[in-house]
Amino acid sequence: MQLTGAEIVIRCLQDEGVEYVFGYPGGAVLNIYDELFKQEKVKHVLVRHEQGALHAADGYSRSSRKVGVALVTSGPGVTNAVTGIATAYMDSIPMVVLTGQVPTHAIGQDAFQECDTVGITRPCVKHNFLVKDVKDLATTIKKAFYLAATGRPGPVLVDIPKDVTQAKTDYAYPKTVSLRSYNPVTKGHAGQIRKAVQLLLEAKRPMVYSGGGVILNDASPQLTRLVRLLGFPCTNTLMGLGAFPGTDPQFTGMPGMHGTFETNMAMQNCDVLLAVGARFDDRVIGNPQHFFRADRKIIHIDIDPSSISKRVKVDVPIVGYVGEVLDEMLKLIEGSPARPDPAALKGWWGEIKEWQRRDCLRYDKSSALIKPQAVVEALYRATKGDAIITSDVGQHQMWAAQYYKFDKPRRWINSGGLGTMGFGLPAAMGVQLVNPGSTVVCVTGEASIQMCIQELSTCKQYHLPIKIVNLNNRYMGMVRQWQEFFYGNRYAESYMDALPDFVKLAEAYGHVGMKIEKPGDIEGALKEALAQTERLVFLDFITDQTENVFPMVPGGKGLTEMILAEEL
Amino acid sequence: MKHILSILVENEAGALSRISGLFSARGYNIESLTVAPTEDPTMSRMTIVTVGSDDVIEQITKQLNKLVEVVKVVDLTDGNHIERELMLVKVRAAGKDRDEMKRLADIFRGRVLDVTDKSYTIELTGTGEKLDAFLTAIEPGVILETVRTGASGIGRGERILKI
Repeated sequence: MQLTGAEIVIRCLQDEGVEYVFGYPGGAVLNIYDELFKQEKVKHVLVRHEQGALHAADGYSRSSRKVGVALVTSGPGVTNAVTGIATAYMDSIPMVVLTGQVPTHAIGQDAFQECDTVGITRPCVKHNFLVKDVKDLATTIKKAFYLAATGRPGPVLVDIPKDVTQAKTDYAYPKTVSLRSYNPVTKGHAGQIRKAVQLLLEAKRPMVYSGGGVILNDASPQLTRLVRLLGFPCTNTLMGLGAFPGTDPQFTGMPGMHGTFETNMAMQNCDVLLAVGARFDDRVIGNPQHFFRADRKIIHIDIDPSSISKRVKVDVPIVGYVGEVLDEMLKLIEGSPARPDPAALKGWWGEIKEWQRRDCLRYDKSSALIKPQAVVEALYRATKGDAIITSDVGQHQMWAAQYYKFDKPRRWINSGGLGTMGFGLPAAMGVQLVNPGSTVVCVTGEASIQMCIQELSTCKQYHLPIKIVNLNNRYMGMVRQWQEFFYGNRYAESYMDALPDFVKLAEAYGHVGMKIEKPGDIEGALKEALAQTERLVFLDFITDQTENVFPMVPGGKGLTEMILAEEL
Repeated sequence: MKHILSILVENEAGALSRISGLFSARGYNIESLTVAPTEDPTMSRMTIVTVGSDDVIEQITKQLNKLVEVVKVVDLTDGNHIERELMLVKVRAAGKDRDEMKRLADIFRGRVLDVTDKSYTIELTGTGEKLDAFLTAIEPGVILETVRTGASGIGRGERILKI
């Protein structure tokens, strides 16, 4: 039987096992929406802005391990989605983005709602396709799912002209697909792995530095086993939080611009650095010239060869899925009697404990104002560390990352690479859909939340009982902090006059709003909000306006050139 | 240092812009770029001449390999190779310059393809350096127009780029 292109799109999604599609209809995708309407297997979540659709699909993917799917119309539908696509691309999130396009005969004619989708999105997708013939549609969609999820994951876009959704052809969804030009190396080189193990066993001052790749590849059990077996200190990047338990004594805190003093010192002064699924980016190692140490050996495991030796020269590169490589390393270490020198390790831990005595995350707990750090710590206690936290971008993101101890992977969902304000709430929608019974909290700020505030309406429609913790300091806090430190207190446009009444706003959208102004009310408010398991609660915490995130490595500085709270 | 990268790429719409876009997005240089289908019409071969340190060339190669449509990348300058570029140059050739121009073309093994009473159109092949040398050998004032294909390259002997 012959199916229309629109029917084929929906059949492909069904056959791929897609549960949710996040989207927004429009002229070019009307045929597809009509087919969505006629079935129940694939559920559609109607957002209020295409950026929200992409972030929701992204959050869904980060939480569920599945490929996130978004569906938007041509022209403005696509341009609105670009921020979400780029966000997923920077964090290597597997997604398939289906976009409507004007009919093939109208392409290039400056038609209504036409844009060069493939051209606009080319630099921020893993790959993209324009389907000009309905006969290619099913195979292309299969390829999109395959490319998105394998190798280094990422978003793949399929642009479908309206006439292709009307044209008919026979349907068969390919079981597998292969591309002769796409063969990612997935198995680490045995010789390199042996070399790495040798280095680890001989290390006197080792450090394990793990990133988002460990989460994406579900390699947290292997990483945890390896770190515990060796007794090494371990840090997780912003994207890797939860890969190694945050409450484990071997965890030294996050590295980088707002990492802990002890982690940054250990990263800089170690003799063997094992990097797993991390990419030495500017926010993690600061200035690469300063980071360089001739006497430090670096082992780097990553699925993407181009991540290796990009910013930092590496001594032992290993390309492959991090989980499989760690399995091989564990096999070698467990099968050998050799262990790292305990005396050397003890000495190294002694140095690290000395650094830890600086207590770099200390803050004023006696203040009459609400300290944002205290809110995150109270949230940690109130949720017993078991919530799934999404965040936006800025100071609140750093405080959430520093003070909420993530013991499990995929509990911390944030836009690390692109740093997209507005990510938190729509991402939380995707997360809550995957985890209907779980506590999902969006930690945000009054500036970020307003970038996708319209999604409060989506939350109402789909009964998503997200808890929004708004750390409201009436400033774009991170911008204000930089202006205080580096721009002579000239707070150019970082103050928001005329903020909305968030309590009333939440209520207007049909939710519960709470305003908390005193430190003594933090615990009670959180408890009350978390008890409302059926409702979205917007908690507006009025926090200390002048609080800063410490430690801080100023942009372009070396990793150990930190500003600490006590120094100001 | 100058490198000649040979790239086998799927002969698909958009492949060229993916590759050129990669160079501009990451700030790499393109000295020349030439592309045409191979004996297998589903595949094109591209030759890119670029300049960069070893680290940069390594990154370029890795980034190219990451593109889904790129089948294979080889840095021809890693080993023995042949490099050829075609140039067509239209020069003023009148009066006493006319004989001299013909002689110069002969020295560079150029061929005169088209003649008017005031001009020659000369075809020249060779390495980029040889073509440069010809252009510096003649007086800049007599050059009316030049067009160059950019370098094509192939490995010597048994060095073969194929899938």
